Amino acid sequence: MSKSYYDPADLRKFGKITEWSEELGNKFFDYYGKVFEEGALSAREKSLIALAVAHVVKCPYCIDAYTKDGLQRGITKEEMMEAVHAGAAIESGATLVHGVQMMNKYEKLSM
Amino acid sequence: MTQSILTDIKKAAKKSLKANQNVLASTQKQLEILNGELFEDGELPYFKDKIAKNGMFPLKPKKLEVLQINVGYMCNQVCGHCHVDAGPDRKEIMTRETMEQCLAVIQNTGAHTLDLTGGAPEMNPHFRWFVEEASKAGIKDFIVRSNLTIILANKKYHDLPEFFKKHNVHVVSSMPHYTRGKTDKQRGDGVFDKSIKALQMLNQVGYGMPDGDLRLDLVYNPSGAFLPTDQSAMEHDFKKALKEDFDIDFHNLFAITNLPISRFLDYLIASDNYEDYMYSLVEAYNPAAVENVMCTNTISVSWDGWLYDCDFNQMLDLKVASKAKHIKDYNDDVLSNRDIVISQHCYGCTAGAGSSCQGSVA
Repeated sequence: MSKSYYDPADLRKFGKITEWSEELGNKFFDYYGKVFEEGALSAREKSLIALAVAHVVKCPYCIDAYTKDGLQRGITKEEMMEAVHAGAAIESGATLVHGVQMMNKYEKLSM
Repeated sequence: MTQSILTDIKKAAKKSLKANQNVLASTQKQLEILNGELFEDGELPYFKDKIAKNGMFPLKPKKLEVLQINVGYMCNQVCGHCHVDAGPDRKEIMTRETMEQCLAVIQNTGAHTLDLTGGAPEMNPHFRWFVEEASKAGIKDFIVRSNLTIILANKKYHDLPEFFKKHNVHVVSSMPHYTRGKTDKQRGDGVFDKSIKALQMLNQVGYGMPDGDLRLDLVYNPSGAFLPTDQSAMEHDFKKALKEDFDIDFHNLFAITNLPISRFLDYLIASDNYEDYMYSLVEAYNPAAVENVMCTNTISVSWDGWLYDCDFNQMLDLKVASKAKHIKDYNDDVLSNRDIVISQHCYGCTAGAGSSCQGSVA
Protein backbone atom coordinates (compact mmCIF):
# COMPACT_ATOMS: atom_id res chain seq x y z
CA MET A 1 0.00 0.00 0.00
CA SER A 2 1.37 3.38 -0.97
CA LYS A 3 2.23 5.65 1.92
CA SER A 4 1.41 8.77 -0.05
CA TYR A 5 -1.90 10.03 -1.41
CA TYR A 6 -0.13 11.13 -4.56
CA ASP A 7 2.15 8.89 -6.63
CA PRO A 8 3.67 10.56 -9.75
CA ALA A 9 3.42 7.21 -11.58
CA ASP A 10 -0.39 7.37 -11.20
CA LEU A 11 -0.54 10.09 -13.84
CA ARG A 12 0.32 7.47 -16.49
CA LYS A 13 -2.66 5.43 -15.32
CA PHE A 14 -5.15 8.28 -15.80
CA GLY A 15 -6.61 6.54 -18.86
CA LYS A 16 -7.58 3.58 -16.71
CA ILE A 17 -10.57 5.49 -15.30
CA THR A 18 -12.44 4.35 -18.42
CA GLU A 19 -12.16 0.75 -17.21
CA TRP A 20 -14.76 1.32 -14.51
CA SER A 21 -17.02 3.54 -16.56
CA GLU A 22 -16.24 3.24 -20.21
CA GLU A 23 -18.85 5.57 -21.63
CA LEU A 24 -18.25 8.48 -19.27
CA GLY A 25 -14.50 7.99 -19.35
CA ASN A 26 -14.40 8.03 -23.13
CA LYS A 27 -16.67 11.05 -23.31
CA PHE A 28 -14.40 12.89 -20.91
CA PHE A 29 -11.21 12.08 -22.84
CA ASP A 30 -12.81 12.98 -26.16
CA TYR A 31 -13.90 16.29 -24.70
CA TYR A 32 -10.51 16.86 -23.07
CA GLY A 33 -8.65 16.15 -26.31
CA LYS A 34 -10.93 18.44 -28.29
CA VAL A 35 -10.57 21.30 -25.81
CA PHE A 36 -6.80 21.43 -26.23
CA GLU A 37 -6.76 21.36 -30.03
CA GLU A 38 -5.87 24.47 -31.99
CA GLY A 39 -8.92 26.72 -32.14
CA ALA A 40 -9.69 30.39 -31.66
CA LEU A 41 -6.96 30.06 -29.04
CA SER A 42 -3.72 28.34 -29.98
CA ALA A 43 -2.79 25.06 -28.32
CA ARG A 44 0.16 26.96 -26.84
CA GLU A 45 -2.10 29.54 -25.19
CA LYS A 46 -4.35 26.81 -23.85
CA SER A 47 -1.36 25.00 -22.39
CA LEU A 48 -0.49 28.12 -20.37
CA ILE A 49 -4.09 28.51 -19.20
CA ALA A 50 -4.05 24.85 -18.13
CA LEU A 51 -0.82 25.43 -16.21
CA ALA A 52 -2.30 28.42 -14.37
CA VAL A 53 -5.47 26.51 -13.50
CA ALA A 54 -3.41 23.47 -12.43
CA HIS A 55 -1.83 25.66 -9.76
CA VAL A 56 -5.09 27.22 -8.68
CA VAL A 57 -6.75 23.83 -8.23
CA LYS A 58 -3.45 22.58 -6.75
CA CYS A 59 -3.36 19.41 -8.81
CA PRO A 60 0.18 17.95 -8.69
CA TYR A 61 -0.55 15.67 -11.65
CA CYS A 62 -1.71 18.60 -13.75
CA ILE A 63 1.32 20.69 -12.74
CA ASP A 64 3.67 17.88 -13.83
CA ALA A 65 1.72 17.36 -17.04
CA TYR A 66 1.51 21.01 -18.11
CA THR A 67 5.06 21.91 -17.13
CA LYS A 68 6.21 19.12 -19.43
CA ASP A 69 3.68 20.14 -22.08
CA GLY A 70 5.00 23.71 -21.90
CA LEU A 71 8.61 22.55 -22.27
CA GLN A 72 7.60 20.47 -25.28
CA ARG A 73 6.00 23.49 -26.88
CA GLY A 74 9.10 25.62 -26.28
CA ILE A 75 7.29 27.77 -23.72
CA THR A 76 9.88 29.59 -21.61
CA LYS A 77 10.08 29.44 -17.82
CA GLU A 78 9.34 33.17 -17.67
CA GLU A 79 6.08 32.62 -19.57
CA MET A 80 5.20 29.70 -17.29
CA MET A 81 5.82 31.70 -14.13
CA GLU A 82 3.76 34.62 -15.43
CA ALA A 83 0.90 32.21 -16.08
CA VAL A 84 1.17 30.90 -12.52
CA HIS A 85 1.07 34.48 -11.22
CA ALA A 86 -2.00 35.20 -13.33
CA GLY A 87 -3.71 32.23 -11.67
CA ALA A 88 -2.46 33.23 -8.23
CA ALA A 89 -3.59 36.84 -8.71
CA ILE A 90 -7.12 35.72 -9.58
CA GLU A 91 -7.12 33.33 -6.66
CA SER A 92 -5.95 35.95 -4.17
CA GLY A 93 -8.23 38.53 -5.76
CA ALA A 94 -11.12 36.15 -5.28
CA THR A 95 -10.26 36.02 -1.59
CA LEU A 96 -9.75 39.75 -1.24
CA VAL A 97 -12.89 40.78 -3.12
CA HIS A 98 -14.79 39.04 -0.32
CA GLY A 99 -13.30 41.73 1.88
CA VAL A 100 -16.04 43.97 0.48
CA GLN A 101 -18.62 41.57 1.89
CA MET A 102 -16.83 41.73 5.24
CA MET A 103 -16.84 45.52 5.08
CA ASN A 104 -20.53 45.59 4.14
CA LYS A 105 -21.43 43.28 6.98
CA TYR A 106 -19.26 45.23 9.42
CA GLU A 107 -20.93 48.50 8.46
CA LYS A 108 -24.37 46.97 8.64
CA LEU A 109 -23.80 45.58 12.09
CA SER A 110 -22.12 48.65 13.49
CA MET A 111 -23.92 51.65 14.91
CA MET B 1 20.32 14.74 -4.33
CA THR B 2 19.32 14.95 -7.97
CA GLN B 3 20.67 18.48 -8.11
CA SER B 4 24.12 17.41 -6.91
CA ILE B 5 24.19 14.58 -9.45
CA LEU B 6 23.29 17.06 -12.16
CA THR B 7 26.10 19.36 -11.02
CA ASP B 8 28.46 16.40 -11.31
CA ILE B 9 27.18 15.71 -14.81
CA LYS B 10 27.75 19.32 -15.76
CA LYS B 11 31.34 19.17 -14.56
CA ALA B 12 31.91 15.86 -16.30
CA ALA B 13 30.29 17.21 -19.45
CA LYS B 14 33.49 18.94 -20.46
CA LYS B 15 34.73 15.52 -21.49
CA SER B 16 33.16 12.64 -23.39
CA LEU B 17 31.79 9.60 -21.54
CA LYS B 18 34.66 7.72 -23.12
CA ALA B 19 37.31 10.05 -21.70
CA ASN B 20 35.61 9.93 -18.30
CA GLN B 21 35.60 6.12 -18.48
CA ASN B 22 31.88 6.29 -17.76
CA VAL B 23 30.25 2.86 -17.72
CA LEU B 24 27.84 4.08 -20.44
CA ALA B 25 30.73 4.52 -22.85
CA SER B 26 30.22 0.78 -23.32
CA THR B 27 27.60 0.12 -25.99
CA GLN B 28 26.96 -3.28 -24.44
CA LYS B 29 26.01 -1.61 -21.16
CA GLN B 30 23.68 0.77 -22.98
CA LEU B 31 21.96 -2.12 -24.74
CA GLU B 32 21.58 -3.95 -21.43
CA ILE B 33 19.72 -0.94 -20.05
CA LEU B 34 17.56 -0.63 -23.19
CA ASN B 35 16.66 -4.31 -22.93
CA GLY B 36 16.42 -4.07 -19.14
CA GLU B 37 13.73 -4.67 -16.56
CA LEU B 38 11.27 -2.05 -17.81
CA PHE B 39 10.82 -4.25 -20.89
CA GLU B 40 11.90 -7.61 -19.47
CA ASP B 41 9.13 -7.46 -16.87
CA GLY B 42 6.54 -6.71 -19.52
CA GLU B 43 5.79 -3.27 -18.08
CA LEU B 44 6.45 -1.83 -21.54
CA PRO B 45 6.40 -3.75 -24.84
CA TYR B 46 9.61 -4.44 -26.76
CA PHE B 47 9.86 -2.36 -29.94
CA LYS B 48 9.91 -5.56 -31.95
CA ASP B 49 6.55 -6.70 -30.52
CA LYS B 50 5.04 -3.25 -30.93
CA ILE B 51 5.82 -3.03 -34.65
CA ALA B 52 4.87 -6.70 -35.15
CA LYS B 53 1.32 -5.73 -34.14
CA ASN B 54 1.25 -3.37 -37.11
CA GLY B 55 2.69 -6.02 -39.40
CA MET B 56 5.98 -4.13 -39.64
CA PHE B 57 8.35 -6.78 -38.28
CA PRO B 58 10.93 -7.42 -39.54
CA LEU B 59 11.52 -3.85 -40.56
CA LYS B 60 12.77 -3.79 -44.17
CA PRO B 61 14.50 -1.05 -46.14
CA LYS B 62 12.84 0.73 -49.07
CA LYS B 63 14.72 2.46 -51.84
CA LEU B 64 18.00 4.03 -50.65
CA GLU B 65 17.63 7.81 -50.67
CA VAL B 66 20.12 9.08 -48.11
CA LEU B 67 23.76 8.19 -47.62
CA GLN B 68 24.81 9.60 -44.27
CA ILE B 69 28.53 9.64 -43.59
CA ASN B 70 29.95 10.30 -40.16
CA VAL B 71 33.42 11.69 -40.83
CA GLY B 72 34.53 11.61 -37.19
CA TYR B 73 33.53 12.01 -33.57
CA MET B 74 35.79 14.96 -32.83
CA CYS B 75 33.87 18.12 -31.98
CA ASN B 76 34.60 21.54 -30.50
CA GLN B 77 31.53 21.18 -28.25
CA VAL B 78 30.50 18.66 -25.58
CA CYS B 79 26.70 18.84 -25.65
CA GLY B 80 24.77 17.27 -22.78
CA HIS B 81 22.42 15.38 -25.09
CA CYS B 82 24.92 14.20 -27.72
CA HIS B 83 24.18 10.69 -28.96
CA VAL B 84 27.63 10.50 -30.53
CA ASP B 85 29.45 11.26 -27.25
CA ALA B 86 31.44 13.66 -29.39
CA GLY B 87 34.00 16.12 -28.06
CA PRO B 88 37.49 17.52 -28.44
CA ASP B 89 38.93 14.38 -26.85
CA ARG B 90 37.50 11.98 -29.46
CA LYS B 91 40.16 10.87 -31.91
CA GLU B 92 38.03 8.77 -34.27
CA ILE B 93 38.46 10.54 -37.62
CA MET B 94 37.74 9.20 -41.11
CA THR B 95 40.89 8.70 -43.18
CA ARG B 96 41.28 9.84 -46.77
CA GLU B 97 41.39 6.21 -47.83
CA THR B 98 37.94 5.53 -46.33
CA MET B 99 36.68 8.77 -47.90
CA GLU B 100 37.87 7.49 -51.28
CA GLN B 101 35.88 4.30 -50.72
CA CYS B 102 32.85 6.46 -49.84
CA LEU B 103 33.32 8.55 -53.01
CA ALA B 104 33.26 5.41 -55.14
CA VAL B 105 29.88 4.54 -53.60
CA ILE B 106 28.54 8.11 -53.87
CA GLN B 107 29.31 8.12 -57.59
CA ASN B 108 27.38 4.91 -58.19
CA THR B 109 24.53 4.94 -55.73
CA GLY B 110 21.03 6.07 -56.57
CA ALA B 111 20.74 8.05 -53.32
CA HIS B 112 19.61 11.62 -53.92
CA THR B 113 20.95 12.95 -50.62
CA LEU B 114 24.46 12.93 -49.20
CA ASP B 115 24.53 13.86 -45.53
CA LEU B 116 27.83 14.59 -43.76
CA THR B 117 27.80 14.53 -40.01
CA GLY B 118 30.12 14.09 -37.00
CA GLY B 119 31.26 15.33 -34.44
CA ALA B 120 31.97 18.58 -36.16
CA PRO B 121 32.59 17.30 -39.70
CA GLU B 122 34.64 20.41 -40.49
CA MET B 123 37.31 19.25 -38.00
CA ASN B 124 38.26 16.31 -40.19
CA PRO B 125 41.51 17.42 -41.90
CA HIS B 126 40.28 16.04 -45.26
CA PHE B 127 36.82 17.63 -44.96
CA ARG B 128 37.26 20.28 -47.66
CA TRP B 129 38.84 17.90 -50.11
CA PHE B 130 36.01 15.44 -49.51
CA VAL B 131 33.32 18.10 -50.03
CA GLU B 132 34.99 19.25 -53.26
CA GLU B 133 35.19 15.72 -54.62
CA ALA B 134 31.71 14.67 -53.46
CA SER B 135 30.09 17.79 -54.91
CA LYS B 136 31.27 16.67 -58.36
CA ALA B 137 29.12 13.53 -58.13
CA GLY B 138 25.93 15.40 -59.01
CA ILE B 139 24.03 14.53 -55.82
CA LYS B 140 20.77 16.46 -55.64
CA ASP B 141 20.94 17.42 -51.98
CA PHE B 142 24.35 17.68 -50.32
CA ILE B 143 23.96 18.27 -46.57
CA VAL B 144 26.62 19.23 -44.06
CA ARG B 145 25.51 19.15 -40.41
CA SER B 146 27.34 22.09 -38.89
CA ASN B 147 27.12 22.97 -35.22
CA LEU B 148 27.54 26.69 -36.08
CA THR B 149 30.07 27.53 -33.34
CA ILE B 150 32.80 25.77 -35.34
CA ILE B 151 32.65 28.67 -37.82
CA LEU B 152 33.91 30.98 -35.05
CA ALA B 153 36.07 28.44 -33.21
CA ASN B 154 39.25 29.25 -35.15
CA LYS B 155 40.32 31.63 -37.93
CA LYS B 156 40.75 28.73 -40.31
CA TYR B 157 36.99 28.08 -40.15
CA HIS B 158 35.81 31.69 -40.64
CA ASP B 159 35.43 31.21 -44.40
CA LEU B 160 33.20 28.15 -44.07
CA PRO B 161 30.05 30.05 -45.15
CA GLU B 162 31.81 31.00 -48.41
CA PHE B 163 33.13 27.46 -48.82
CA PHE B 164 29.66 25.97 -48.31
CA LYS B 165 28.24 28.45 -50.81
CA LYS B 166 30.87 27.62 -53.42
CA HIS B 167 29.89 23.96 -53.33
CA ASN B 168 26.17 24.59 -52.98
CA VAL B 169 26.10 22.73 -49.68
CA HIS B 170 22.81 22.50 -47.79
CA VAL B 171 23.65 23.59 -44.24
CA VAL B 172 21.74 21.95 -41.39
CA SER B 173 22.55 23.41 -38.00
CA SER B 174 21.65 22.67 -34.41
CA MET B 175 19.84 25.35 -32.45
CA PRO B 176 18.11 24.05 -29.32
CA HIS B 177 16.19 27.22 -28.57
CA TYR B 178 15.83 30.85 -29.54
CA THR B 179 16.71 31.94 -26.00
CA ARG B 180 20.21 32.08 -24.58
CA GLY B 181 19.55 30.20 -21.32
CA LYS B 182 18.22 26.98 -22.85
CA THR B 183 20.84 26.85 -25.56
CA ASP B 184 23.80 27.33 -23.26
CA LYS B 185 22.45 24.85 -20.71
CA GLN B 186 22.35 22.09 -23.31
CA ARG B 187 25.40 22.96 -25.36
CA GLY B 188 27.71 24.97 -23.12
CA ASP B 189 28.28 28.58 -22.06
CA GLY B 190 28.60 31.04 -24.90
CA VAL B 191 27.19 28.68 -27.52
CA PHE B 192 24.09 30.79 -28.06
CA ASP B 193 25.93 34.03 -28.90
CA LYS B 194 28.35 32.22 -31.21
CA SER B 195 25.51 30.37 -32.94
CA ILE B 196 23.68 33.64 -33.54
CA LYS B 197 26.82 35.22 -34.98
CA ALA B 198 27.42 32.18 -37.22
CA LEU B 199 23.82 32.27 -38.50
CA GLN B 200 24.25 35.95 -39.34
CA MET B 201 27.46 35.11 -41.24
CA LEU B 202 25.58 32.43 -43.20
CA ASN B 203 22.78 34.90 -43.94
CA GLN B 204 25.35 37.44 -45.14
CA VAL B 205 26.60 35.16 -47.91
CA GLY B 206 23.01 34.38 -48.91
CA TYR B 207 22.09 31.31 -46.86
CA GLY B 208 18.54 30.96 -45.54
CA MET B 209 16.98 33.76 -47.59
CA PRO B 210 13.23 33.19 -48.04
CA ASP B 211 13.44 32.88 -51.84
CA GLY B 212 17.07 31.81 -52.05
CA ASP B 213 18.49 28.49 -53.19
CA LEU B 214 21.19 28.26 -50.50
CA ARG B 215 19.41 26.06 -47.98
CA LEU B 216 19.81 26.73 -44.29
CA ASP B 217 17.75 24.56 -41.95
CA LEU B 218 17.87 24.37 -38.19
CA VAL B 219 17.62 21.33 -35.96
CA TYR B 220 15.81 21.57 -32.67
CA ASN B 221 16.47 19.00 -29.93
CA PRO B 222 14.54 19.33 -26.68
CA SER B 223 16.87 20.51 -23.91
CA GLY B 224 15.73 17.95 -21.37
CA ALA B 225 13.65 14.85 -20.67
CA PHE B 226 10.69 15.74 -22.87
CA LEU B 227 9.63 15.20 -26.46
CA PRO B 228 9.45 17.81 -29.20
CA THR B 229 6.04 19.10 -30.10
CA ASP B 230 4.56 20.03 -33.44
CA GLN B 231 7.44 20.92 -35.76
CA SER B 232 5.58 23.63 -37.69
CA ALA B 233 4.48 25.41 -34.51
CA MET B 234 8.08 25.37 -33.25
CA GLU B 235 9.30 26.61 -36.63
CA HIS B 236 6.87 29.52 -36.43
CA ASP B 237 8.10 30.48 -32.94
CA PHE B 238 11.78 30.15 -33.93
CA LYS B 239 11.33 32.20 -37.10
CA LYS B 240 9.51 34.98 -35.31
CA ALA B 241 11.98 35.21 -32.43
CA LEU B 242 15.17 34.92 -34.51
CA LYS B 243 13.92 37.49 -37.03
CA GLU B 244 12.72 40.00 -34.44
CA ASP B 245 15.66 39.69 -32.08
CA PHE B 246 18.58 39.05 -34.45
CA ASP B 247 17.32 39.62 -38.02
CA ILE B 248 18.11 35.99 -38.85
CA ASP B 249 16.45 34.08 -41.70
CA PHE B 250 16.38 30.32 -42.18
CA HIS B 251 14.26 27.88 -44.15
CA ASN B 252 12.95 24.96 -42.11
CA LEU B 253 13.16 23.72 -38.57
CA PHE B 254 13.61 19.98 -38.01
CA ALA B 255 12.40 18.77 -34.62
CA ILE B 256 14.45 15.75 -33.58
CA THR B 257 13.65 13.60 -30.57
CA ASN B 258 16.56 12.79 -28.26
CA LEU B 259 17.11 9.04 -28.31
CA PRO B 260 17.86 7.32 -25.01
CA ILE B 261 21.44 6.41 -25.80
CA SER B 262 24.93 7.62 -24.92
CA ARG B 263 25.17 10.96 -23.14
CA PHE B 264 21.43 11.57 -23.15
CA LEU B 265 20.88 8.15 -21.57
CA ASP B 266 23.44 9.05 -18.92
CA TYR B 267 21.52 12.27 -18.21
CA LEU B 268 18.16 10.45 -18.09
CA ILE B 269 19.43 7.92 -15.56
CA ALA B 270 21.28 10.41 -13.36
CA SER B 271 18.31 12.80 -13.25
CA ASP B 272 15.89 9.94 -12.49
CA ASN B 273 13.96 10.58 -15.72
CA TYR B 274 14.74 7.36 -17.60
CA GLU B 275 11.57 5.44 -16.75
CA ASP B 276 9.24 8.38 -17.40
CA TYR B 277 11.00 9.16 -20.65
CA MET B 278 10.65 5.58 -21.91
CA TYR B 279 6.95 5.65 -20.97
CA SER B 280 6.55 8.93 -22.88
CA LEU B 281 8.22 7.44 -25.97
CA VAL B 282 6.15 4.25 -25.89
CA GLU B 283 2.90 6.12 -25.21
CA ALA B 284 3.59 8.43 -28.14
CA TYR B 285 4.24 5.45 -30.48
CA ASN B 286 2.77 6.22 -33.89
CA PRO B 287 2.48 3.41 -36.49
CA ALA B 288 2.40 6.01 -39.28
CA ALA B 289 5.88 7.12 -38.21
CA VAL B 290 7.16 3.54 -38.53
CA GLU B 291 6.17 3.56 -42.20
CA ASN B 292 8.58 6.41 -42.90
CA VAL B 293 11.23 5.85 -40.27
CA MET B 294 14.59 7.03 -41.62
CA CYS B 295 16.41 3.69 -41.41
CA THR B 296 14.14 2.53 -44.26
CA ASN B 297 15.74 4.95 -46.74
CA THR B 298 19.16 5.61 -45.20
CA ILE B 299 22.55 3.96 -44.83
CA SER B 300 24.90 5.34 -42.22
CA VAL B 301 28.67 5.02 -42.63
CA SER B 302 31.00 5.34 -39.65
CA TRP B 303 34.40 7.05 -39.58
CA ASP B 304 36.05 3.66 -40.05
CA GLY B 305 33.79 2.62 -42.91
CA TRP B 306 31.32 0.27 -41.24
CA LEU B 307 27.69 0.37 -42.35
CA TYR B 308 24.70 0.91 -40.07
CA ASP B 309 20.95 1.38 -40.43
CA CYS B 310 21.23 4.84 -38.84
CA ASP B 311 23.60 7.08 -36.91
CA PHE B 312 22.04 5.91 -33.61
CA ASN B 313 22.72 2.26 -34.39
CA GLN B 314 26.23 3.33 -35.28
CA MET B 315 26.69 4.74 -31.78
CA LEU B 316 25.38 1.48 -30.30
CA ASP B 317 27.71 -0.46 -32.60
CA LEU B 318 24.78 -2.33 -34.15
CA LYS B 319 26.14 -2.96 -37.65
CA VAL B 320 23.83 -3.77 -40.58
CA ALA B 321 22.55 -7.33 -40.64
CA SER B 322 23.97 -7.98 -44.07
CA LYS B 323 26.91 -9.66 -45.76
CA ALA B 324 27.97 -6.21 -46.95
CA LYS B 325 28.99 -4.66 -43.65
CA HIS B 326 31.70 -2.27 -44.80
CA ILE B 327 31.85 0.54 -47.35
CA LYS B 328 34.50 -1.38 -49.30
CA ASP B 329 31.96 -4.20 -49.80
CA TYR B 330 29.02 -1.85 -50.43
CA ASN B 331 26.35 -3.40 -52.62
CA ASP B 332 22.87 -1.91 -53.11
CA ASP B 333 21.22 -5.24 -53.89
CA VAL B 334 22.68 -7.11 -50.95
CA LEU B 335 21.89 -4.29 -48.53
CA SER B 336 18.32 -3.84 -49.74
CA ASN B 337 17.55 -7.39 -48.61
CA ARG B 338 18.60 -6.86 -45.02
CA ASP B 339 16.43 -6.75 -41.91
CA ILE B 340 16.88 -3.46 -40.05
CA VAL B 341 18.44 -3.89 -36.62
CA ILE B 342 16.18 -2.54 -33.88
CA SER B 343 16.09 -2.13 -30.12
CA GLN B 344 14.10 -0.05 -27.64
CA HIS B 345 15.88 3.21 -28.59
CA CYS B 346 13.92 3.01 -31.87
CA TYR B 347 10.84 4.25 -30.01
CA GLY B 348 12.55 7.64 -30.22
CA CYS B 349 12.02 7.77 -33.99
CA THR B 350 8.39 6.60 -33.89
CA ALA B 351 7.05 8.89 -31.15
CA GLY B 352 4.39 11.43 -32.05
CA ALA B 353 5.00 12.91 -35.48
CA GLY B 354 8.09 10.70 -35.70
CA SER B 355 11.69 11.85 -35.81
CA SER B 356 14.51 11.58 -38.30
CA CYS B 357 17.58 13.54 -39.28
CA GLN B 358 15.19 15.43 -41.58
CA GLY B 359 12.72 16.10 -38.74
CA SER B 360 9.16 14.78 -38.47
CA VAL B 361 8.12 11.94 -40.76
CA ALA B 362 4.39 11.45 -40.10
